[in-house]
Amino acid sequence: MTVDNNTPTRTATATPGGPTTTDAPGAGGPTSTSSTATRVLGIISLVGIVALFVFGLVLSPPDAQLGETVRILYMHVPTVSTAYLAFVITAVASVMYLWKRTEFWDLLAASSAEIGVLFFALTILNGMLWGKITWGVFWRWEPRLTTTAVLMLTYIGYLAVRQIPNDTRTRGTISAVIGIMAIINIPITHKAVDWWRGLHQEKTIFGTVNPEMRGLQLFSAYLGLTVFLVLFAWLLIHRFRVAWLAERAADVGVDAAIAERRAERPADVVAGPTQIEGGAS
Amino acid sequence: MHEALLVMKKDLRLEWRSKVGIGQVLPFSLLVVLLFAFALDPERGVLERVTSGLFWVVVLFSSVLTIERAFSVEANDGIFDALRLSGMAPAAIYAGKVAALTVQLLAIEAVLAVAVAVFYDTTFRGPVLTIGVAVIATLGIAGAGAVYGAIAAKLRSGSTLLPLLLLPLLAPVLICATRGFEVALGREAGPGWPWAALLGIFSAVYLTLGALLFRPLLEDA
Repeated sequence: MTVDNNTPTRTATATPGGPTTTDAPGAGGPTSTSSTATRVLGIISLVGIVALFVFGLVLSPPDAQLGETVRILYMHVPTVSTAYLAFVITAVASVMYLWKRTEFWDLLAASSAEIGVLFFALTILNGMLWGKITWGVFWRWEPRLTTTAVLMLTYIGYLAVRQIPNDTRTRGTISAVIGIMAIINIPITHKAVDWWRGLHQEKTIFGTVNPEMRGLQLFSAYLGLTVFLVLFAWLLIHRFRVAWLAERAADVGVDAAIAERRAERPADVVAGPTQIEGGAS
Repeated sequence: MHEALLVMKKDLRLEWRSKVGIGQVLPFSLLVVLLFAFALDPERGVLERVTSGLFWVVVLFSSVLTIERAFSVEANDGIFDALRLSGMAPAAIYAGKVAALTVQLLAIEAVLAVAVAVFYDTTFRGPVLTIGVAVIATLGIAGAGAVYGAIAAKLRSGSTLLPLLLLPLLAPVLICATRGFEVALGREAGPGWPWAALLGIFSAVYLTLGALLFRPLLEDA
């Protein structure tokens, strides 16, 4: 008899879109990766990227010192700032996960870290292009460059940990701990870098918006920052929703598989529950 | 405090009986010291110039092995659960693990220092600075290592992930310890104590966070 009672409840949870976990805020969550808000964000970022192209590559004048290479800065500074923001979000979400223990914070931390790594890779890539033009080599053992690369590997480690199959709680706890440990390294690493080559290290232009910028150059710099922040928000929301839906799909997949197995034996159910109980024991 | 001592004694006794550190990790680290001589031609004086950096790279490699060992013994036979059931505070367990790791790593470093002095013709000029930097850096390595060791022990492919997770985190320790040693070896002028102080900040942060994060790691992971 127990089998008969269980079957309807199992199939009920297997209905697509049905909330299967209740520990998340706003249980149910997104059912698709797009919404009106993200479409607006998407349009803004796409238009912004086009505008950045026009202002950064055409309208703004070349720099007095840096020449044409200043144009890489309009992308370099935004990507690195956004990546740092992403890692801060990962750390905050990690702390929140250890506190609240909800899936929301875990997935937010993961999504943010992933986009952070992407933007960090872009930063290193366009930094290397700048280096090839300015220094003549792709890579110089400049402290800031080296620590940036090391920091990216830290977060690749974080993502590698998330790839390992584990139950949700274990994975969440472990990655939260790593997310927190990784972020504290950023400020102190920067401190250490200042001392690495002695205190007389030349000031790098990368990393901050040059205060001597004026007019269209300054506008392009801030436009780049804004565009990439919007782009980040857009990607983050989408990545989070994909992660959320992937978790739901995993749940639904298991439930559907169970329902399927149960559906395979209608003959047994018709024949009478006593047979099933006999078979089960 | 008492509990931490118990955990430390347990770990050191385990090590004393199994001799993994002396029998495997220490020969490995000596091997790396010799391999560097092949990689960097000793005739051209490269080894002398980079001694302090090589020393700390070897220490980091050895620490990965030591940390992996210290936590894989806990993961087997469900000892993590036994530790939890013992009623000891997670922070105390953490402190005990860190203390045991520190003792083992310092022992390895002492032998390595002798090896470096012999093979690379190195003279340590500031004994106080040398020991100070070594102790503080080792505390930092053990502090971060105990957290990541516990993580690696809980993951399926943890032993291969441990170096990827731990070594980038310890990069600043490598920087400061190397610089501190360069002053101690007389290769660089200037005060060495700022490096020790900076190492102290790293170690303090790692140890504090480790003590806080060890509870969720032990209980929920």
